[in-house]
Amino acid sequence: MLPFTIEKVRSVEAAIAAASSGRRLIAGGTTLIDLMRDEVEQPQQLVDINALPLSEIRVDRSDLVIGALARMADVAAHPDVQRLHPMVAESLIEGASPQLRNMASIGGNLLQRVRCPYFRMLDAACNKRSPLSGCAALGGLNAGHAILGTSDHCVATHPSDVAVTLVALDATMRVVGPKGERTFLVEELFRLPGDTPHLEHTLLPGELIVEVRVPGGPVGRRGRYLKVRDRASYEFALVSAAAALDVADGVIRGARLAVGGVGTRPWRMRAVESALIGKVPDRKVFEAAARLALEGALPLSGNRYKLELLPRTIVRAFEMTGGIA
Amino acid sequence: MAVVPQVAAQSTSEGSPSAPTARVRLAVNGVRHELDLDTRQSLLDVLREDLGLTGTKKGCNQGACGACTILLNGRRVVSCLTLAAMHDGATVETIEGLEKNGELHPLQSAFVEHDGLQCGFCTPGQIMSAVGCIAEGHAGSPDDIRFWMSGNICRCGAYPGIVAAVADAAKRV
Amino acid sequence: MTMAIIGRPLARVDGRAKVTGAARYAADFNQPGQAYAVIVSATVGLGRVTGMDSAAIEKMPGILAVLSHLNAPRLAYGQHKSYIDPATGERLHVLQDERIRFHGQPVAVVVATTIAQAERAAAALRVSYNAERPVVDSAGPEARPIVPEAGRQPDARLPADKARGDADRALAESPVKVDETYDIARENHNPMEPHATIASWNGDRLTLWSKSQFVVNEQAEIAAIFGLPLENVTVICPFIGGAFGTSLRTWPHVTLAAMAAQHVRRPVKLVLTRKQMFFTTGHRPRTVQRIALGATADGKLTSVVHEGTGETSRYEEFMEALTSVTTFLYSCPNVRTRYRLVPVDTGTPNHMRGPGEASGVFALECAMDELAYKLRLDPIDLRRRNEPAIDEGENKPFSSRSLMRCYDLGAEHFGWARRTPEPRSMRDGRLLVGMGVASASYPAFHAPATARARLLPDGTAEVEIAASDMGPGTYTSMTQVAAETLGLPVERVRFSLGRSDYPPAPSHGGSWTMASVGSAIRAACIAVREEAAKGRTDRPIEATASSQRDPQAAERFSMHSFGAVFVEIAVDPDVGTIRVRRAVGAYGIGRVVNPRLARSQCTGGMVGGIGMALMERTVLDARDGRPVNAHMADYLMPVNLDILQLEAHFVEEADPHVNQLGVKGLGEIALVGIAPAIANAVFHATGKRVRALPIRIEDVLTA
Repeated sequence: MLPFTIEKVRSVEAAIAAASSGRRLIAGGTTLIDLMRDEVEQPQQLVDINALPLSEIRVDRSDLVIGALARMADVAAHPDVQRLHPMVAESLIEGASPQLRNMASIGGNLLQRVRCPYFRMLDAACNKRSPLSGCAALGGLNAGHAILGTSDHCVATHPSDVAVTLVALDATMRVVGPKGERTFLVEELFRLPGDTPHLEHTLLPGELIVEVRVPGGPVGRRGRYLKVRDRASYEFALVSAAAALDVADGVIRGARLAVGGVGTRPWRMRAVESALIGKVPDRKVFEAAARLALEGALPLSGNRYKLELLPRTIVRAFEMTGGIA
Repeated sequence: MAVVPQVAAQSTSEGSPSAPTARVRLAVNGVRHELDLDTRQSLLDVLREDLGLTGTKKGCNQGACGACTILLNGRRVVSCLTLAAMHDGATVETIEGLEKNGELHPLQSAFVEHDGLQCGFCTPGQIMSAVGCIAEGHAGSPDDIRFWMSGNICRCGAYPGIVAAVADAAKRV
Repeated sequence: MTMAIIGRPLARVDGRAKVTGAARYAADFNQPGQAYAVIVSATVGLGRVTGMDSAAIEKMPGILAVLSHLNAPRLAYGQHKSYIDPATGERLHVLQDERIRFHGQPVAVVVATTIAQAERAAAALRVSYNAERPVVDSAGPEARPIVPEAGRQPDARLPADKARGDADRALAESPVKVDETYDIARENHNPMEPHATIASWNGDRLTLWSKSQFVVNEQAEIAAIFGLPLENVTVICPFIGGAFGTSLRTWPHVTLAAMAAQHVRRPVKLVLTRKQMFFTTGHRPRTVQRIALGATADGKLTSVVHEGTGETSRYEEFMEALTSVTTFLYSCPNVRTRYRLVPVDTGTPNHMRGPGEASGVFALECAMDELAYKLRLDPIDLRRRNEPAIDEGENKPFSSRSLMRCYDLGAEHFGWARRTPEPRSMRDGRLLVGMGVASASYPAFHAPATARARLLPDGTAEVEIAASDMGPGTYTSMTQVAAETLGLPVERVRFSLGRSDYPPAPSHGGSWTMASVGSAIRAACIAVREEAAKGRTDRPIEATASSQRDPQAAERFSMHSFGAVFVEIAVDPDVGTIRVRRAVGAYGIGRVVNPRLARSQCTGGMVGGIGMALMERTVLDARDGRPVNAHMADYLMPVNLDILQLEAHFVEEADPHVNQLGVKGLGEIALVGIAPAIANAVFHATGKRVRALPIRIEDVLTA
């Protein structure tokens, strides 16, 4: 780990000023400190933002509003979250471990960096860590990597679980920065790697995530998050799906679907959603719609199985929303 | 060899000046400490190397095993990913602080009784995690305990005993 | 005089120390004035170091030394080879030359005042290499199998080739055949405690607080490496945070810690990073095995062919008992085994829990299951039809063999009768349920050992031996042996281990600790008891005694533990997740000294077997030999939620031949048999036969 100074800020303004001057903000630190220890991250000045008043979880009209510094564990345990958006809670507790969830903030979770092993090893080629050095994953271990949104430069998946759910639910985020405040879809936070994989998100210099807002409504209440992995807990997703249906009179009126573990960012599946509208929910309908999820999918040497696992995970997640055990 | 670039450029230019330090006050198991620490020091390293509290273990230093679990301001966290310099004024509880007046904490005796340990290396982290697990209300059933204790790996495979111990202690805490 | 203490389910005598944090492991022995060393590992898989910019590093804050082949002392590296070292080849001589033999080999060690300083400097040290492309795939086109040198003699302990009858001809003539290849991934031990050594010199005397399963060997090896008299080196290791074989040998970091401490003239602590645990401290070698079985239509084996290869390094020939069990597990007139090694550019493999046997039995027991399906026989019935009267490989009777009783006991506890044999025939709601079974076996070894016992005037006793306890409960079981033999309550016996200046014990592995160390303790305690019987004294009565196996018994009998393992799994037919819902193991292991601890050891072995079957593999990048998933989050091992109901049962078994205690050992057999039982259950659940471990979601997805 490289030496660094650390200071604590107590106001959002001070945090913005610090971030604008190139200092690095730290909240839970579960990603950043880990990567600093491997020297993948080398900040020289850290700014501790944990004292900012941004941990509140509240209901505003029917929307759920989560402060950026709220801890994963606290969000998951909050009664309003469990009542209004159980899939948000579900996707939170399926991630990391109880200890890490006590530490990690929602804002930090969204900004967490990829888990590609080559990204974490300084002596391996990685365009994300070291632009133009190449991508070792392309010819190496890539069983866990993406099949959607990849480029010749980077094939790493976005590792967050809760981001998948937030993207499915059209959640927005409010950020403040030197030029004021912006609100945009969480989905718009994530960039595709393209030929600039080192640029991961759309925050402008000095911008700070303040809160995440999940719109209320019937669709969220019966949503489910299904995470598929080789061990039962404490592992990143091979494939995950956040699925929700609004069914009235036996017909699908609204559908939401985003998937994880397969995309270079949390991946909204609008074609699948559209294909479900107006249909009677059953397995065949889900299967037909899920096939659309593979449009544009490009498998790598080691992750061809995701072409099979992705539609199956989607079907199963939709079945679960209907209470099919 | 295309895949083996030389080590990416790293700064070695900080040269001789010493690394920044921070003054940190910690109450560890009820004992107050005031320390000048290298900002890079994890709480885990401070406990083990500066305070001589070696009960807390370093299993991976990657936040991926749970052996270093402690209670920080009453919540279970992994101390390897916790910078001490960020926790001035914090209350820390470690395995060494559980025993009171020679009486083992109910979890400690339950781990012995149910043989929830073999080599013992993950045990301090398991027990501190279990303190958190019970306090959070996550020890209601064996399935609950398995789920909420999955942040602590036990390579000896003492999981059945661990689950039994936590379930038993949850009734007594 | 005899109180029944052996056989009682006592709680661990060291339990309190372990639950209070008082138990001290190697890295917990902080020494005054200690410095910290961090190893710099090679980032190429083969080649030479061509340069190193240590000057830049030496100027960094707190740096005390940077040692590499450029400035490290030339060490004596005197002749030293123990039975846990490969018989052929020579250990890695660390920092003695510029050659890189495998990815992650130590190229330098940095010593600093604090951990943070040492880690920073180790990361910043710039090393340049002349890199060559390594060969790391032991089953790839560049693999060149060799006959292991130490297996060339027909009477070798692990013969490269062994045969009775004419297995190939019999196979060709068999009406029913199975002929398949099984592939087991490389695994790393990954104990929770990383390797650690604190080295402290006092003149030319060296003390090492070091993680070791074999303290007297570590003492002897370090003495040989540094050219010191044996008595100048002391190794201390009262607690081991799991090891599973990785701490049997003395690896380069121990030498580096001692070298660094000598150089900076103060105590030095060196702890491997988790990533470094994948480089230089051994691994279960990847194995590829062909099993061919021939049988009559009524299920009598007519031919068994077992050909296996295991990977090894370029500089040592690591051998394990890959094909041994095949020679005696079943009755068959025609058996041929062949064992080969494939040297690749990696560090030397090492024994990992249930070594050899676990891998070999996986292949054999999967093939037996395949044969049972071909014959439309119950898999237990097939084994019953081939139960041998004697060890047909050695042509000797077994000292005891309870395999069929294990099957009976296990089947009863498991409820095997409820199984319907057809694949995909059992369901629980949406889930496919599978039940599988497999045999387990491991030799009942015994090695010479010496113990010291002392009866004090206050009526308490002290017992000492340089043994180890990596978790099975050596402290407790040996206290029981001593207490019973001395006729004292357990509380009056203080048992100590883990110091090289205690009487010598064999390595803590191979399931021979209870037999070997226990017998020595028993002998020492008998000597003390006899002395005490001569009359009262107010002085301590001390005796040192050794034990070894009766050579005649060893000559007359074939000695092994046996077990039967039953597993029930559930497979999600949609997304392919596999869950082990129940496992029942029944074992014939002679006398059980402490049933509570024995059960824990068995269920712990099952957890290891579940990891082997469904999760564990170390992936090497073919381009540079790098272990890509060298991270605790990427090398999967079971977590609590993966483990549901596990049961271990023991058949009553009295074996007077193995040793005076009648114990056969169980640490290793506990991991044998689980993986094939799971693979067989996967077939039963899905109809898909997966012959490569680990079995993952992608393997059963299209079943």
